Amino acid sequence: MGLAGFEVEVQRETESGLVTEDMTLSMGPQHPSTHGVLRFIVRADGEVMKEAIPDIGYLHRSIEKIAEKVGWHGFLPYTDRVDYVAAMFCNHGWTMAAERLAGIEVPRRGEYCRVIADELCRIHSHLLAAGSMAMDIGAFTPFTHAIREREYLNDLFEELCGSRLTFHYMRIGGVGWDLPPGWAEKVLTFLARFETVVDEYNRLISYNKIFTERLADVAVVSAEQAIGYNLVGPNLRGSGVAYDVRRDDPYSVYPELDFDVPVGRGEMGTVGDCFDRYIVRIEELKQSCRIIRQCLRQMPDGPVIAKVPRNFKPPAGDCYVRLESARGDMGWYVVSDGTAFPYRCKIRTGSFAAISIVQAVSRDIMIADLIAVIASLDLVAPEIDR
Amino acid sequence: MQELVDGLIASGVAPADVPAWVHYLTAMLTFGGLVVFGFVLPIAGITTWVERRVMARMQSRIGPNRTGPAGFLQWLADGIKNLLKEDIVPLAADAMLFKAAPYVVIVGFVLTFVVVPFSGDLIIADLNVGILYVTAVTALVVVGILMAGWASNNKWSLLGGIRSAAQIVSYEIPAGLSIFPVVMLTGSLGMQDIIRAQGAAPWTWYIFDNPFTLMAFFAFFVAALAEGNRTPFDLPEAESELVAGFATEYSGMRNLLFFMAEWGNLYVIGAIVSTLFLGGWQIPFALEGSPVLRNALQFGTFFTKAYFFVFLAIWLRWTLPRIRVDQMMVMCWKYLVPIAFVNLIGTAAWMVLFPAGVPLVRWTLTAVAAVLLVAFFWRVRFHLKHAGLTGQQLSFNPLSTTRVTW
Amino acid sequence: MPLDTAAIHARLRERFGETIGDLNGVGRDAWALVPPGDIAEVARFAHDDGELGFDCLSNLSGVDYPKDEAIQVVYHLFSYRDRHWFVLKVNAKRDDPVVATVSGVWPHADWQEREVFDLLGVRFDGHPDLRRILMPEDWPGHPLRKDFVEPEEFHGISTSRESLLRT
Repeated sequence: MGLAGFEVEVQRETESGLVTEDMTLSMGPQHPSTHGVLRFIVRADGEVMKEAIPDIGYLHRSIEKIAEKVGWHGFLPYTDRVDYVAAMFCNHGWTMAAERLAGIEVPRRGEYCRVIADELCRIHSHLLAAGSMAMDIGAFTPFTHAIREREYLNDLFEELCGSRLTFHYMRIGGVGWDLPPGWAEKVLTFLARFETVVDEYNRLISYNKIFTERLADVAVVSAEQAIGYNLVGPNLRGSGVAYDVRRDDPYSVYPELDFDVPVGRGEMGTVGDCFDRYIVRIEELKQSCRIIRQCLRQMPDGPVIAKVPRNFKPPAGDCYVRLESARGDMGWYVVSDGTAFPYRCKIRTGSFAAISIVQAVSRDIMIADLIAVIASLDLVAPEIDR
Repeated sequence: MQELVDGLIASGVAPADVPAWVHYLTAMLTFGGLVVFGFVLPIAGITTWVERRVMARMQSRIGPNRTGPAGFLQWLADGIKNLLKEDIVPLAADAMLFKAAPYVVIVGFVLTFVVVPFSGDLIIADLNVGILYVTAVTALVVVGILMAGWASNNKWSLLGGIRSAAQIVSYEIPAGLSIFPVVMLTGSLGMQDIIRAQGAAPWTWYIFDNPFTLMAFFAFFVAALAEGNRTPFDLPEAESELVAGFATEYSGMRNLLFFMAEWGNLYVIGAIVSTLFLGGWQIPFALEGSPVLRNALQFGTFFTKAYFFVFLAIWLRWTLPRIRVDQMMVMCWKYLVPIAFVNLIGTAAWMVLFPAGVPLVRWTLTAVAAVLLVAFFWRVRFHLKHAGLTGQQLSFNPLSTTRVTW
Repeated sequence: MPLDTAAIHARLRERFGETIGDLNGVGRDAWALVPPGDIAEVARFAHDDGELGFDCLSNLSGVDYPKDEAIQVVYHLFSYRDRHWFVLKVNAKRDDPVVATVSGVWPHADWQEREVFDLLGVRFDGHPDLRRILMPEDWPGHPLRKDFVEPEEFHGISTSRESLLRT
């Protein structure tokens, strides 16, 4: 039938002689609310969906193959594009993998710079996620407020590394530049304001009755299902599993930092519904503020980057590093064959697993709920397709 | 209206050898044309400008500010742009229905202006079934939307059309039921009669007459919002889900007609609500001697009241999220309809128990409303001060520019 | 109870004997080789066993080793309950790579195996719906292979363009 390139079975129910056929819709690659270029083939009986089959690959840029061609240092800008909404984490993952293979130790100040950049990027990404979610549910104003806050962050990032979206801030062995003079004060000013804005945001939309009614008890993902489908990050914590790579498998300077890990509590409905996943992200915003303040206080002086040869050739071997990206545990499996070019780089992202669960949880919910599910899982297409 | 024409015939301005009904017809058509082209279409356009500025103010943005002073001519530019766009009719669409649908919708919307009482003397036709006529004619919009949804040959448009039909038809019930308390209190369906039964002072308005009409006001406003496809009930055109719902396949002039009908409908909602519940064009002065001044003041009062509800609808749209289809149906049938019935029976009981009304209740309700209003503005001021937004103008002006400094 | 990799390896050996290869590598990246036909049983045991309890398949990647005439599928297993790790590797023959599927054990493997099939051409025996996931349905070849040559055109669209670099 050409809609999917594969056959989608369409039910033919016969109730007392009446033959009905489900409607097959393509929530196509161009759509205002799929987060990026995604496609869902929706089989619906009027408003109630029977199934939503995700069709990905529209944003596949073969980044993993490019890694094999451009070399260890040259791949860093490409990592920004793996998940351009949270680019710092991708930089961090690649550099961590390269450093693990070559046994390089990053100077302490460099690690602190990385964590500050990571947490600011987490705020950046969660604001977009929460804003887009509000917009998909129909409230446009919270989206613009989130974007307004992101503009402050964009200015901070621009001062730090010259770019507003694809940062390319980290290098193998540390970070590209030290914090600019006066930047720390600007960050603190922003954080002081930002926490009141989060409260205002919660008053505006997070606990709004219509919003919670749209999200409570929708697409409940149990803890076993979440672990089986390898959901990570806020999706996993929203289902009640208290696991955060920063706390339970720490890397960088996270062992020295003090922060809480919010877990979904079933506040408005069941544990693991869309609202839990959303509210975990909102609560993480405040925790990131806490982490950044501690880092700015505790940062030692010193170099920010270790000496790494330009012709970087880590010894042969493989390693698997994980870090807590905005979208959860991002895994980088990197194989080196001793040459200046990586042999294989596999990026296992949180959105890839999250979109595979959409098909399982989309039975007997409404089309409007599908939008809520997609938004609550915080899918970003570049991360899914790479 | 009729007195005016009779006066013109009597004073010799209008030729007397032509039968009177021709004069009446000419007067009605002229006035109707004036209203449609001089008031309705510009209002629909200007409301888009107001919406965009108010929306921007709420979203820490500025809104249109380049075309004309403070962007006031933006709606004109958009209208001209839409007229000049390519007229696309999808190949597989049902061409006749597709082309006719916007006209059905706009006719259904414009016809309501026949009974809108702009002032004491300015009404195109003071039908003695005024308010019932409005309810009947707005149902024509459903037919147009269904036609648009079906004829577009697009499953998403179809979903939007069906949702809209379900929504508008369902919310006709609580809207109609909420009109009845007012009609019972007046004893007539005519619009001018309803207004004349109220007075200029707030405690003479029907909204404060008794607690049941107060509830009826809220029920009617919610139902009217739902009929106008406004958030939180804008599922038929839910941008995030259905692109533009039933209007997805429309471009150019046809698209313009759909959206003009929606924005103009806001004014109609405001007009009906202020007629029924807020005393319409009533002013405190009698001004028997100067009809022009009297009508001008009445027109101004009526316009202000109606436009306040337009502002309220815009405010709600940009604050609240959208409710889902089944939740909307539940809200209508399980909540609004019983509430509307309670209002109806309560008002009837009130009329039996207190045939002349209870002045104490009226004054109390007015006082409570005044206190709530003051408390609201005080609270807004409190939040503005504690918002921590540096460099922004902290003002109540909904149309002001926001100067954001970093 | 988190076990270290040696203990996990010993437990696997205890159950499966010599089909589990020797433990290579150090620390978190320590791995053991498993034959392609047996991986499904090993995975099922790793998931169900009381001591191992690997309830999560953290990563499933394919690596092309043309020099060794093999395509290697790497499984990173993680246990949320016990917080320990292990890595299993499977070498499939490069000319006709067939590996037993583990999608019955972990639902996440479903899509990961589809990706390995799509990009490297490994067929997973018993997979419920093995079709391409990232590339178009009718794309020729498997792009991530080392010897992959891009087709000149695809559906009439050329896949190359003039280089913009001056050299």
